[in-house]
Amino acid sequence: MSRSLNIVLAGFGGQGVLFAGKLIAYAGLLEDREVSWLPSYGPEMRGGTANCSVCLSDDPIGSPLVLAPDALIAMNQPSLDKFAGVVAEGGVVVADSTLIADIPDVPGVAMCALPATAMAEEAGFKKLANIILAGKLYAETAFCAEDTLWKAMEKCVPAGKAAMLEMNEKALRLGMEA
Amino acid sequence: MTEKETKVVFERPHALLPVVTNYCPGCTHGIVNRLVAECLDELDVEGDAVGVAPVGCTVTSYDFYGCDMIEAAHGRAPAVATAAKRVLSDGVVFAYQGDGDLASIGMAETVHAATRGENITVIFVNNAIYGMTGGQMAPTSLPNQVTQTSPYGRDTATAGFPIRVCELLSSLDGVAYLERVTVDCPKNVRKAKKAIKKAFQTQIDKRGYSLVEIVGTCPTNWGMTPQDAFSWMRENMLPYYPLGVYKDVVADGYANAAEAAAARAADCPIANPAPQTEGGAR
Amino acid sequence: MAEKVLMKGNEALAEAAMRAGCRFFFGYPITPQTELAAYMSKRMPKVGGTYLQAESEVAAINMVYGAAAAGARAMTSSSSPGISLKGEGISYMAGADLPGVIINVQRGGPGLGGIQPSQADYWQATRALGHGDFRVVVYAPSTVQEMADYAFTAFDVADRYRTPVMILADGMLGQMMEPVVMPEPRDERIEKPWATTGHKHQRAHNVVNSLYLTADELERLNVERYERYAAIERDEQRAETFLVDDADVVVVAFGASARVARSAVVEARAKGVKAGLVRPVTLWPFPKDALEAAVPTARAFLSVEMNMGQMVDDVRLAVAGRRPVEFFGRTGGVIPTPVEVLARIEDLDERMKKGGE
Repeated sequence: MSRSLNIVLAGFGGQGVLFAGKLIAYAGLLEDREVSWLPSYGPEMRGGTANCSVCLSDDPIGSPLVLAPDALIAMNQPSLDKFAGVVAEGGVVVADSTLIADIPDVPGVAMCALPATAMAEEAGFKKLANIILAGKLYAETAFCAEDTLWKAMEKCVPAGKAAMLEMNEKALRLGMEA
Repeated sequence: MTEKETKVVFERPHALLPVVTNYCPGCTHGIVNRLVAECLDELDVEGDAVGVAPVGCTVTSYDFYGCDMIEAAHGRAPAVATAAKRVLSDGVVFAYQGDGDLASIGMAETVHAATRGENITVIFVNNAIYGMTGGQMAPTSLPNQVTQTSPYGRDTATAGFPIRVCELLSSLDGVAYLERVTVDCPKNVRKAKKAIKKAFQTQIDKRGYSLVEIVGTCPTNWGMTPQDAFSWMRENMLPYYPLGVYKDVVADGYANAAEAAAARAADCPIANPAPQTEGGAR
Repeated sequence: MAEKVLMKGNEALAEAAMRAGCRFFFGYPITPQTELAAYMSKRMPKVGGTYLQAESEVAAINMVYGAAAAGARAMTSSSSPGISLKGEGISYMAGADLPGVIINVQRGGPGLGGIQPSQADYWQATRALGHGDFRVVVYAPSTVQEMADYAFTAFDVADRYRTPVMILADGMLGQMMEPVVMPEPRDERIEKPWATTGHKHQRAHNVVNSLYLTADELERLNVERYERYAAIERDEQRAETFLVDDADVVVVAFGASARVARSAVVEARAKGVKAGLVRPVTLWPFPKDALEAAVPTARAFLSVEMNMGQMVDDVRLAVAGRRPVEFFGRTGGVIPTPVEVLARIEDLDERMKKGGE
């Protein structure tokens, strides 16, 4: 049976939603699946909202623009407000409760709130709330084999930045175990 | 009877093909074309040269020169020459342009090729009128000059002022050599040739952008005999467009345009990074 | 096999162009093609190539003209409003028989339009890239892999036929990342004895020119060029077909909209509607042969585009009144959804069945 997972990651520009999306896409690539990653582009990049669509599938991907995600990572209130209502039946939302005050109940959707920004600050890697949330999404959806996820992280962090890789791995672990 | 020793005193330059030109009687383009060809011969660069012809009276000059030639769109000769030179870095690339081509429709290309310091040579003939299309007002037409499209004379209140190209370009750091000359008499023809040759030498020595402006005439569209046209030019054009050298970085004591530019911006740290530090702007 | 990597379409195209031997890039910043120029600016100096940020789109295309005249593989890229400015140089390249590659990462128009993906430059690309009698070969990639692959094809075809070639992409293909296997560097240069490289006193002077003041001569050259175009129409048509053999409704779509159309076709089949897809890869030459093959079995054609209906003209010309041809599109940067395309397929299928039986 063919599987597919369509994900939207959304937040403010600079929170790293594009990078977290790339991590998930690389995991799909390493498992030789069909993969697409499509960013929003334009004025939003400059401090406004940013989002990206990631598709993982066993079949060729049609439109890479995800309109009804199976999974949503939301890193701020406007993003959750915008996308929570279009998450597919049986889907999952991973939301950063440090930055989102109002987390609604959506019928048929699993809502996972975790204080990713606070967790990241506490652990000493301020900018990695995105990776913590990606770890949580992995715990919820198992979108790839676990060793693939670690390999994907190695691919996404520039070679020769061992400290950065280590921090990202810790953040991912933190999210997976949250 | 002793044989008379014969000596060639005048011949067609090798870089000028034995073809009939399309220039009107008395036109100064013929003189300038010949000077360019003589310089290509004397510098022995015809085989390495690529000329870029403009749109205007010299539009068909690709048939006159013996070197390889590219015909450019109106005003784009500096862009075309830029790219040809980037590909043929050891070649000798020149653009030959008139006033409308260079200073009106092609002004952006002119200014930017100059400021980039493209190692090309531009031969610019300024006769204050659009000749090919039948005598319309040019960017260099003088105040009150009557043309087909300034029938009451160029009114500076509505048509603005003529552009002095050498003066304008002299402020740009990529420029190595700029001179304004004319070809109204043998003495000035010799000076013009010297300037053109120096412009080519500037390119060969990789010193930066070079341009020679030749103040010329257009007897046909000015409605004058060739001699009257020269008189009118001397009386009216030369006071507006004074002859002389407008920039010569070598005479100023620099090896090239880049060195002169660095000296000019000596107080700007980012433009003159300390030799030890790597990289540029952040 | 080479490694599969995740790359943006714009970057994949840039890298592939360099691997195809392009060492001269002239451009001007415009969204959504900017990553392409940025990639070139980063990589070209490392391989001894030239990245030159031109003063304008007009200058950039005329630099491509100059570099091509001097025999180099040269390229420029832009997005819709910038392509309009390049029209002058493209026409001159066609008139002077110069090869070169022009990339259009389309955005919405007319005017300044928008910056979201669009296919509204189909007419411009296939009909009116500049003044005069000429054609430009146009490739429409639909994946990031094809962005890379057709960069190679574009340079080869440009050199072989001495013609400008366009790759017509859009903001979606430019911005998205997909796995891509970069083609191995290959540089099969064909001889360019016509190039203006300096004659070194070894040959007569070469002239690169599009001016012919004698009407008879200009006519003769245009007729000769059209003989070359006829060869291109015969030999270079490309299309991909999907489930067309028994299709009642044949969807025709290119580039990004073909991806959406394909999803809709798959869903239609799942619901028992016999739909198929013809995806033109060359927009000029338009793949008439692929459409011709579908006419006998198809009941109707549906052109799906990200514009107000442009390629549908070519579909109608190819189908030549033998079957109904309809259009569905979204424009202004709106990407059609598989659901709305599916609805049009089902509606058309139903009407055909009612009318035909």
